[in-house]
Amino acid sequence: MSPRPIRLRKVSSPPIISGFKPYGNKSNTVNTESVFLHLEEYEAIRLCDFEMLNHHKASLIMDVSRPTLTRIYAKARQKIAEALVLGKKIIIEGGKIYFDSEWFFCNNCGCHFNNPDKEETIKECPLCKSTGFSNSGQINDEPGESPTRCNDICICFSCGFEQPHQFGRRCNEEICPRCSKNMVRKGILYNRNTKSY
Amino acid sequence: MKVAITSTGNSLESKLDQRFGRCAFFLIYDTETLGIEFIPNPNKDAQNGAGPASVQMVASHNVQKIISGEFGIKIKSLLDSLKIQMIVLKEPEKSVSEIITMLNK
Repeated sequence: MSPRPIRLRKVSSPPIISGFKPYGNKSNTVNTESVFLHLEEYEAIRLCDFEMLNHHKASLIMDVSRPTLTRIYAKARQKIAEALVLGKKIIIEGGKIYFDSEWFFCNNCGCHFNNPDKEETIKECPLCKSTGFSNSGQINDEPGESPTRCNDICICFSCGFEQPHQFGRRCNEEICPRCSKNMVRKGILYNRNTKSY
Repeated sequence: MKVAITSTGNSLESKLDQRFGRCAFFLIYDTETLGIEFIPNPNKDAQNGAGPASVQMVASHNVQKIISGEFGIKIKSLLDSLKIQMIVLKEPEKSVSEIITMLNK
């Protein structure tokens, strides 16, 4: 049994620096090792210690459970302490994360748009230049909301079973219910040995 | 400023493509010089990874906005880090020339 996949942590924006370097070494043994602080750990430190949020609120922002956030936070403190005590470099990179941005909805032309530059606030709709827009939060990617985003079809190349393509899922992750093989997108050229399409 | 619009065909009357990674054509529109360029999407029939490959292609043209009907989960974070603005327009009946006139207003 493989373990449950790690839930993606939401990080609002990347840090402005990529790491820290120690200086003024007292002993002559220079520690060239470095500590890799993950971006999710940076975000946990930012929310808990800089924004002074409690773990529950921070976990809601990062879209993980409260115990998970506490674990990320404990790991982050442990790594920073290790770097401080042993005089190691800190490199901020990696982690299972995605960046989040704000989404807006224009009431005039009916489009959704995001704000790529977080330092600047949006003044008008980028499409129709009207000022009547509202913050819509995250765009809902629930498949049940609008089931047919595109009319593509996933097909099993061994038995020919077809099903509508589900938005946001890779076709080769879909398993054919009849012969339990991976499926592909219909219409693409796939014939190594198969005679069909 | 350059804007990319996903299009179902290579004429101004063609409709907005509701998919990003597997759209037929990308229309690159320059709002300053009013230049229009159609680029066929080489990833139209890609088995997987069409979205990230399309992002790479569109980003190489220095666009700042992308108008499409849909953006996949993998693409959203990628475009976010590239600081390209996504505009989601769920109107499959709109033609690309209508969108360009909206941009010119």
